Amino acid sequence: MSSSLMNKLGHDRQAFLLSDTGSKVFLSLLVIMSLLVIVGNLMIPETSALHISTYTVTLLGKYLCFALLAMSVDVIWGYCGILSLGHGAFFALGGYGMGMYLMRQIGDRGVYGDPLLPDFMVFLNWQELPWFWYGFDQFWFAMLMILLVPGLLAFVFGWLAFRSRVTGVYLSIMTQALTYALLLAFFRNEMGFGGNNGLTDFKDIVGQDLQADSTRVSLFVISAIVLAFAYLLSRWILQSKFGRVIISIRDAEARTRFLGYRTESYKVWLFVYSAVLAGIAGALYVPQVGIINPSEFAPLNSIEVVVWVAVGGRGTLYGAIAGAILVNFAKTRFTAIFPEAWLFALGGLFVVVTVFLPKGIVGLLAKRNKKNNGPDNKVAEADV
Amino acid sequence: MTMLERTREFWSRDTVWPFLLDSDLPTVNVDKEIILYIEGLTVSFDSFKALNDLSFYVNDGELRCVIGANGAGKTTFMDVITGKTPCDSGSAYFGQTINLLNKTEAEVASLGIGRKFQKPSVFEALDVYANLELALKTHKGILPTLLATLSGEQKDRIAEVLDIIGLTQQHNLLAGALSHGQKQWLEIGMLLVADPRLLLVDEPVAGMTPQETEHTAELLTSLAGEHTVVVVEHDMEFVRSIARHVTVLDQGSVLAEGTMDDIQNNADVRRVYLGEA
Repeated sequence: MSSSLMNKLGHDRQAFLLSDTGSKVFLSLLVIMSLLVIVGNLMIPETSALHISTYTVTLLGKYLCFALLAMSVDVIWGYCGILSLGHGAFFALGGYGMGMYLMRQIGDRGVYGDPLLPDFMVFLNWQELPWFWYGFDQFWFAMLMILLVPGLLAFVFGWLAFRSRVTGVYLSIMTQALTYALLLAFFRNEMGFGGNNGLTDFKDIVGQDLQADSTRVSLFVISAIVLAFAYLLSRWILQSKFGRVIISIRDAEARTRFLGYRTESYKVWLFVYSAVLAGIAGALYVPQVGIINPSEFAPLNSIEVVVWVAVGGRGTLYGAIAGAILVNFAKTRFTAIFPEAWLFALGGLFVVVTVFLPKGIVGLLAKRNKKNNGPDNKVAEADV
Repeated sequence: MTMLERTREFWSRDTVWPFLLDSDLPTVNVDKEIILYIEGLTVSFDSFKALNDLSFYVNDGELRCVIGANGAGKTTFMDVITGKTPCDSGSAYFGQTINLLNKTEAEVASLGIGRKFQKPSVFEALDVYANLELALKTHKGILPTLLATLSGEQKDRIAEVLDIIGLTQQHNLLAGALSHGQKQWLEIGMLLVADPRLLLVDEPVAGMTPQETEHTAELLTSLAGEHTVVVVEHDMEFVRSIARHVTVLDQGSVLAEGTMDDIQNNADVRRVYLGEA
């Protein structure tokens, strides 16, 4: 074995985080967009044509939250082949965590002016704060719960499902059931999460007025930073040996077991990681849209997320992000112009993508690149 | 023991908690020179008995061929001892002390039992190098895997195995792009790199050209001694070229056992397996 080849072998293993074009393009776009938003909203006066309205900033921030959610689905679906149709549940739980913090921040400024109880509890004639609302007046505690609650639910669910070797369509159905059960539970007033109205009428977050332009821009920038960080972390995880084990579980789980890997634990931990990402996305989403209610648990929402990922392209991370942003942008435009047709358009899009673009938009671009650069370009294939 | 006593014991000063112990695997006891004890294994699927009171022993370091017609229970036997299929009765011991029947696939693998499947099952979306990397004998827990980097020794080992299986040039290629024979070789390489004590090889030469078959025969013979190899094969020509000791299975139990010549002259075997009257 020649030494030059040995060096080559060693070198190939050092996977650089940003070695591929997709990551570079995505991260640059994210930075450019954030700078444009900061300058356009806060520095350019409203009278100027270049001004970016606060409405647009919030809308973009919402897209970024959806992008993070889509990425969390891609982590388990694209890389591990676990099709979760219930990721909306983790998203909504994270959102509720943030919502509870924001409710406690209202204090005596609510309609009923009760210093301790949120409005809906006063309305329901409750005398004291339920135990699970304690601590949510502290920002750090709320943040901790946003990570812990979705993570714990995912752990219990994953542990039960993966240990019993439930896979494929059965697992997908169970995730649907999970989110549907939570939907029903959160609809009940007795649960103590505001029933079907959910939590809303938020005033401020860590002392900042939620309606202020500066807060909106900050929330957007934080969403962008969190998305970038989560992207890099996921990339690092999936490019490690752990990621290669995950891919082998996707393609041949039994074989991976015979190599000595406890595939159940690998799947559980990846599922937990993905759920935590979804929870963070939900927590960032709620202060920007100003409401969280049980409809976020709707099974349809979770299925939509899967469509975003499929449209963007599975197993690349940035594909999921692109898909989420594009589909949601289309949704915003489409529902404004022609509201009744949106669901048909979405359904049609999914069919077209499944039949003609199995690798999504990203796959299409990669294919075109390959054609232009000649057959030597292996990037597209290596990314699958 | 009462709850209190248990709690006291747990907190006593000289307790070594399980997670503090070296996770060194139990060593295989081969004092009697037998590495695999199969005794009275019975497996039934509905009313069909795939294994019927199967008993045989494999010596440490030998190259054993297991032959038999389709449905004789060859693959089921491998499934049972690697933890894939639960069995109804019987026992399977690895060395004198390790019971294989209460272990999961992953535990069996980490004890040092490697398995090659009938159909080449390599990880097609990963390159050849990564396939071998995953098979390396190392910690297979979550955190060690997440933070894993290849040591010099491990790189040398992979390079060595790449050389043996003749895929050094292809190390960067996705395993899915390999030819059938190359996939078979890669899978054998994945066994080698794990350095198992016992190799279970299911039809290694299916779909190989005569040259490749010959090469495989050489490799398997060279492995015997240091490793114990159990080969399940249909191809009698191939079995003849490697085997010193052959076990013939029929309808889930052992029909005959002995050297190749014994087997070929055994009346029962001729009748059942070779279809002679």
